Amino acid sequence: MSQTRKILAQHAGRETLEPGEFVEVPVDLVLANDITAPLAIEEFGKLGRKSVFDRDKVVMVLDHFTPNRDIASADQCAYVRQFALKQKLSHFYDGGNVGIEHVLLPEEGLIEPGMVVVGADSHTCTYGALGCFSTGMGSTDIAAAMATGKTWLKVPEAVLVKLTGRPHRWVGGKDLILHLIGLLGVDGATYRSLEFDGPGVTNVSVEGRLTVANMVIEAGAKNGIFPADNLAILYLAAAGVKATASGIEPDQYGYVDQIDIDLSSLEPQVALPSLPSNAVAVTRAPHVKLDQVVIGSCTNGRLEDLRLAAEVLRGKRVAPEVRLIIIPGSRKVYRKSMEEGLFDIFLDAGAIISPPTCGPCLGGHMGVLAAGEKAISTTNRNFVGRMGHRTSEVYLSNPAVAAASAVTGTITDPGEII
Amino acid sequence: MGGQAVMEGKAHKLGDHVNTDLIIPATHLVSNDPAELGKYLMAGHDPDFVNRVEQGDILVAGDNFGSGSSREHAPLAIKGGGISCVIARSYARIFYRNAVNVGLPLVESPEAADAISEGDRVRVDLAAGKVEDLTTGKSFSVAPYPEFMQRIMDAGGLIAYVKQQS
Repeated sequence: MSQTRKILAQHAGRETLEPGEFVEVPVDLVLANDITAPLAIEEFGKLGRKSVFDRDKVVMVLDHFTPNRDIASADQCAYVRQFALKQKLSHFYDGGNVGIEHVLLPEEGLIEPGMVVVGADSHTCTYGALGCFSTGMGSTDIAAAMATGKTWLKVPEAVLVKLTGRPHRWVGGKDLILHLIGLLGVDGATYRSLEFDGPGVTNVSVEGRLTVANMVIEAGAKNGIFPADNLAILYLAAAGVKATASGIEPDQYGYVDQIDIDLSSLEPQVALPSLPSNAVAVTRAPHVKLDQVVIGSCTNGRLEDLRLAAEVLRGKRVAPEVRLIIIPGSRKVYRKSMEEGLFDIFLDAGAIISPPTCGPCLGGHMGVLAAGEKAISTTNRNFVGRMGHRTSEVYLSNPAVAAASAVTGTITDPGEII
Repeated sequence: MGGQAVMEGKAHKLGDHVNTDLIIPATHLVSNDPAELGKYLMAGHDPDFVNRVEQGDILVAGDNFGSGSSREHAPLAIKGGGISCVIARSYARIFYRNAVNVGLPLVESPEAADAISEGDRVRVDLAAGKVEDLTTGKSFSVAPYPEFMQRIMDAGGLIAYVKQQS
């Protein structure tokens, strides 16, 4: 069986599972944020339960429209806060503790290999990078999971993504996933799990894997998953999780399809407006005049991402008339970036440094685009109007390409300016 | 909660990959009220779209309808905006689940989705498994929901189903 099926079978108390089967499984972690939690709490209320199934396993993070954007979003946060405090949730992230949920949870040591994690956020699939099954759902499904500690799932077919080779200097997880989405199309993996394996896996950092797993939803996938190898175990240990390799490894025959990717053949990728599948090599991207550059998000707001941006920006200035917004994904990322001197590089370059928030990624706040404006962003979606006005345009890239583009004011291969 | 068994209305045609940011842009996700959310139905695509919708109308879309975010506000906005049913070539996974949970009827039919034109009068009979284009006289048979999901629909949505089980 595939790694996903093995995890689901283990949770369902079954020897084997077939793709297409509907199963009920216990969940190890349930997540919601300031946009999706209010509706989940409302639906939870209709179930007539006094308390959530386990206050240590229901996580709420106020990260989307925070620091509160307006009165309506402040009211939503207040509603969630009241519930979280009443339920005595052990993991409620508010105020100075806020990080972007999918940056925060692994770093807080809440994710372990072999887990089943469900969240009312489509990028919940991020955690598959650490060898667990994780997937996004809507608020009502999350309400049911909050109450019962269980959820129902349709067992997905699995596609093996076999990685070989070592990526070049400015190529990382973002380029791998944009290339893969380009191959699959935005619905090419619908209802399927994407399972990454092969000798190249070890050449993708754990932070890079989090970026890859984060965006599998952009190909429609139910989940993405990496093996919990030594690199993952080291990452988890740093987060205070004493994990051993989960022992959950795929068999060779559990796959409906296989895609081979040689990492050494990849150039930095750029997804052109308005689908993440419009991936081209950066050298083939059009030389549009940029108004804004965003480096951050649950996709690329980790320390490694900010270090990469700093490497490009060191001693350089952002082009006139370009707004560069850098968003450390959590308080830990923020503090470390500061301690390592990355903030000096960013400020000297003329960047804006934001507190951790999803903010501009979804056109919420902290950098919304005007009509006709163009941005390059390390976020995950370049849909029509995603970051602001519906005539604005978003290009997606890795942090090095975004930083280089901020310097020149047009889409640029970092190799050209370093 | 499973919606009316028979729905009839004017068809509003949309293309492929209609994502949840087009259905309701994130900036409006500060309410859980379908009527409030419905004011912004398809605002990411065309802010005037909702003004052309009459109660009971039907959305007809291409592949991968509802892709993108997990926001349950998307099916709520569709219901709140007056749409009775969606017909599409195919759906994104999370949206499909959310629609079942909030009682928005979905029909998956590439044939119907391709054949129906903008403005056609369309009737959907879920119990009979039939879609009719009353303007052209063509009719299409529709596969039922998977049995497990039908049980959730029959219970009156996921919350009612969970209550029944406990």
